[in-house]
Amino acid sequence: MSLTPEQVRRVAHLARIEISDPEVHSTLGHMNEIFGLIEAMQAVDTTGVEPMAHAQDVAQRLRADRVTETGQLDEQRAAFQAIAPETEAGLYLVPKVIE
Amino acid sequence: MIEQSLPALAKALATKEISSVELTQLYLDRIARHNPQLNAFITVDPARSLAQAHAADARLARGEGGPLTGIPIAHKDIFCTQGWLTTCASKMLSNFISPYDAAVITRFKAAGAVLLGKTNMDEFAMGSSNETSFFGPVKNPWNLTCVPGGSSGGSAAAVAARLAPAATGTDTGGSIRQPAALCNLTGMKPTYGVVSRYGMIAFASSLDQAGPLGRSAADCAVLLNSMAGFDERDSTSLDRPGEDYSREINAVTDGQPLAGLKIGLPAEFFGDGCSPEVMQLVEQAIAGYRKLGAETVAIRLPSMGLSVAAYYVIAPAEASSNLARFDGVRYGHRAPDYQDLNEMYSRSRAQGFGAEVKRRILIGTYVLSHGYYDAYYLQAQRIRRLIASDFAEAFRQCDVIIGPTSPSTAFKLGEKAADPVQMYLSDIYTIAVNLAGLPAISLPCGFAGGLPAGLQLIGNYFSEARLLNVAHRYQQANAWHLQSPAEL
Amino acid sequence: MKQWEVVIGIETHAQLSTQAKIFSGSSTAFGASPNVQANAVDIALPGVLPVLNRGAVECAIRFGLAVEAQIAPRSVFARKNYFYPDLPKGYQISQYELPVVVGGKLSIQIGEVEKVVRLTRAHLEEDAGKSLHEELGHQFVGKSGIDLNRAGTPLLEIVTEPDLRSAAEAVAYARVLHALVRWIGICDGNMQEGSFRCDANVSVRPVGQTHLGTRREIKNLNSFRFMQQAIDYEVQWQIATLEDGGRIEQATVLFDPDSGATRAMRSKEDAHDYRYFPDPDLLPLVIDAQWVDRMRAQMPELPAAKRDRLITDYGLSAYDAKVLTTSLELAGYYEAAVAAAGKSNAKACANWVTVDLAARLNREAREISDSCVSAEQLGGLVARIGDGTISNNIAKRVFDAMWNGEGSSADEIIARDGLQQITDSSALEALIDEVLSANATMVGEFRAGKEKAFNALVGKAMKATRGQANPQQVNELLRKKLG
Repeated sequence: MSLTPEQVRRVAHLARIEISDPEVHSTLGHMNEIFGLIEAMQAVDTTGVEPMAHAQDVAQRLRADRVTETGQLDEQRAAFQAIAPETEAGLYLVPKVIE
Repeated sequence: MIEQSLPALAKALATKEISSVELTQLYLDRIARHNPQLNAFITVDPARSLAQAHAADARLARGEGGPLTGIPIAHKDIFCTQGWLTTCASKMLSNFISPYDAAVITRFKAAGAVLLGKTNMDEFAMGSSNETSFFGPVKNPWNLTCVPGGSSGGSAAAVAARLAPAATGTDTGGSIRQPAALCNLTGMKPTYGVVSRYGMIAFASSLDQAGPLGRSAADCAVLLNSMAGFDERDSTSLDRPGEDYSREINAVTDGQPLAGLKIGLPAEFFGDGCSPEVMQLVEQAIAGYRKLGAETVAIRLPSMGLSVAAYYVIAPAEASSNLARFDGVRYGHRAPDYQDLNEMYSRSRAQGFGAEVKRRILIGTYVLSHGYYDAYYLQAQRIRRLIASDFAEAFRQCDVIIGPTSPSTAFKLGEKAADPVQMYLSDIYTIAVNLAGLPAISLPCGFAGGLPAGLQLIGNYFSEARLLNVAHRYQQANAWHLQSPAEL
Repeated sequence: MKQWEVVIGIETHAQLSTQAKIFSGSSTAFGASPNVQANAVDIALPGVLPVLNRGAVECAIRFGLAVEAQIAPRSVFARKNYFYPDLPKGYQISQYELPVVVGGKLSIQIGEVEKVVRLTRAHLEEDAGKSLHEELGHQFVGKSGIDLNRAGTPLLEIVTEPDLRSAAEAVAYARVLHALVRWIGICDGNMQEGSFRCDANVSVRPVGQTHLGTRREIKNLNSFRFMQQAIDYEVQWQIATLEDGGRIEQATVLFDPDSGATRAMRSKEDAHDYRYFPDPDLLPLVIDAQWVDRMRAQMPELPAAKRDRLITDYGLSAYDAKVLTTSLELAGYYEAAVAAAGKSNAKACANWVTVDLAARLNREAREISDSCVSAEQLGGLVARIGDGTISNNIAKRVFDAMWNGEGSSADEIIARDGLQQITDSSALEALIDEVLSANATMVGEFRAGKEKAFNALVGKAMKATRGQANPQQVNELLRKKLG
């Protein structure tokens, strides 16, 4: 298979990564080489093989419905927001969200 | 002192032969002297480290020390460390002071170990040469024009150059074992679920596993004793009874300590693709194992050849989603200029991530997108099952599988940096282990052209203690692992 | 002109009444100061991981049992990937291919007709945070503020088949579902706070056409009235568009209550590729039969079953039975009142609960759960009417006294205030004799044929008994004496 520049742009948009035209072309080249490697998979007949999503065949463990986050929550927020790009009145600020 | 094993250091600390402060200072001095050349550390904070060393000395004085109390350990900069810069070697997190500790950090703190510094790595652990770091490449202490391997390249270079007695790493497709091989170290990737992933910045969640990097299997066992254990905060952490990973190493044996051990030699590990020099060293090591009493059996891992292909679908797919949280809203890099929300996202991410990370995010986004999911993602997961089944079948015939860790010794800086596919192929022997979730260890097996080569041992699930012992018995009989690079 | 058929499917997001969030130990309480209930997991710090809350799973099982669905023995959490500032991880953890609840059904009443609405599925997922816009004030023009307190609150998304054929049916379904989730205690149903939100997928097609028309999804309907208005508007708009020769494009729309119109959302235009895949941080959710059995044993009697039982056991009208089963609290109150009053007073209890008590609660804007008169108190009161101790009129006074806290039981108030009905006819006769002799003029007028005077005498007699006589008995005695 071979990707098109439009596909690269679309995927970059889905992934929210700004990409310039020269970058589209170099990325396209690399991606096509990598997909060349990946294509080896397509020759294999995997009919009836159960997809494996986890390394271990175990069930999800459950936690009790209990609030464990107690204590100085104001201070915790202050610590979290000390590393935030832009906050005000306890809120994270972003460019206006248009619905 | 810098050639002492971890148990020997623990003894020296316990007997007041040296204090933790002195030991820590010794390594801090070495880092100050040699790190500018090696670039193995991203962050060192002598004041903090020494404060921890003081606390450890007090603990030792109270007689409450354990096997790691007072010993300085370097941590890969993928583990969140409260109050420390935790960058994952990315511009995206170049300003990220973690507000919390990863489970691994908490466990080392509880053991009284001293945090010596945060080591360089491939950005978000994506790479096999440590050249994708935002903070520049790490040099191999055996040859400064060569790569140390990756992604845990900083940890490996630091231990190899004796800038740290031991270090932690993480292994998603070989990121502990391959740098261990390229730097003449012993490094283990435990069974998936043995070490908590909480606080370890995720690359590919179903493959990532933290593990030890040390100068010997015995040291790795001591480190793993501290790292492993159930953590209720990680759903994939396995709730099993605790175990002493040194127990087989410490057992008394006779001249044929591995008598009865069946070593599987998969045809797929001994065909093309491996350099003849490395293969010769691997064959020598196998001969060494026979002397220790082990017998060898020929086995097959028929789907091995597909592991790289499946891995480069599954790992980027998971990564594309795991790295979506880096959006410039709550922490990390935010672009200085943007017109609207989408531009804020796409510029922050374009600026914050390096080329390889972006490439993998794009591949991952593509293989999960509408119309491609079945052909790529599901197919890769089915092949993953085939690979795991291969191993299950193999372990009916043998106890341990042996082969090379890496197809070559350390390659030159820049040699593969522009060719992602060549870079990916340097992990052909390590990736299948992550897909199956098995434990594996790499140990030194000799030198070719002055550069070390690594031998890989793969075990069945939860066979860490045995793998460590099988590596240890080889190290009892051979001295490759004791070789250190010339002082810089 | 063409006849159009309306086709509607509803997706409801019910916030589950757990203490903690679905994947973290943060509180789900509403109304905290921004971001203080957002811990490391909720704000998606690098390296954090989710662990599933058992309480949320139990809510899903309860729901599945209530709608006679299949509880999946194995279900899978998936990531739904998209960028939005109120979605901290860049993906929502939801269930996609294998949901926890499969199928099920719910009956609704359309006029006299009962209709069964089929459910497709119900799945567990996490709520997003909130984006605040105008609330920020003028200094933040051009910015939105993000509050992640709600992020990670457990949701059960309940999806119907496209079985509904009008806005009225859609609203009837939403009301029944709303009552049910509150009844089984999995959701507080508070629509103002967003605990129960509906999306309506609306399409129209010419009558007789078998394939569905293109649908538009109206998002976030948070009141039944808006749901009715929004669907009505949307249906008219779609029909008008098609009749004008236009085409319907699949879209996500919002309802603006001020204009009464729907409009397409701008932000979701390109968000149609969510790249779902199984969340590698979470393992398959396994629910064994024993767990389901334990949950079944803890289920309350469901509204439909209780309604039938009230009709057959207590002889209530279908209407009363329906009113009394609008909530578990009301039904519980009623049954406790009957337990205190005795089964023979069941109908009278129904009247008192649905009329007098309901009016008083309504006037004071109280919920049944904080009624000033308890079910036991009301039952005690109704029992005294039933055994003839007091009349209905006196009972209203006793009820008021109890409501105002002037006595702990009907018996206490009746005894203290001497309110019991005068049933001793000799005492009553003596009283009537007094009234007759004191009102000789009226007696004369009655005898002269003025029937009005009789009523006046009844009034005088009742007053003399302070209302405690049985009016019927007073009437009869007067007739006898005057006859």
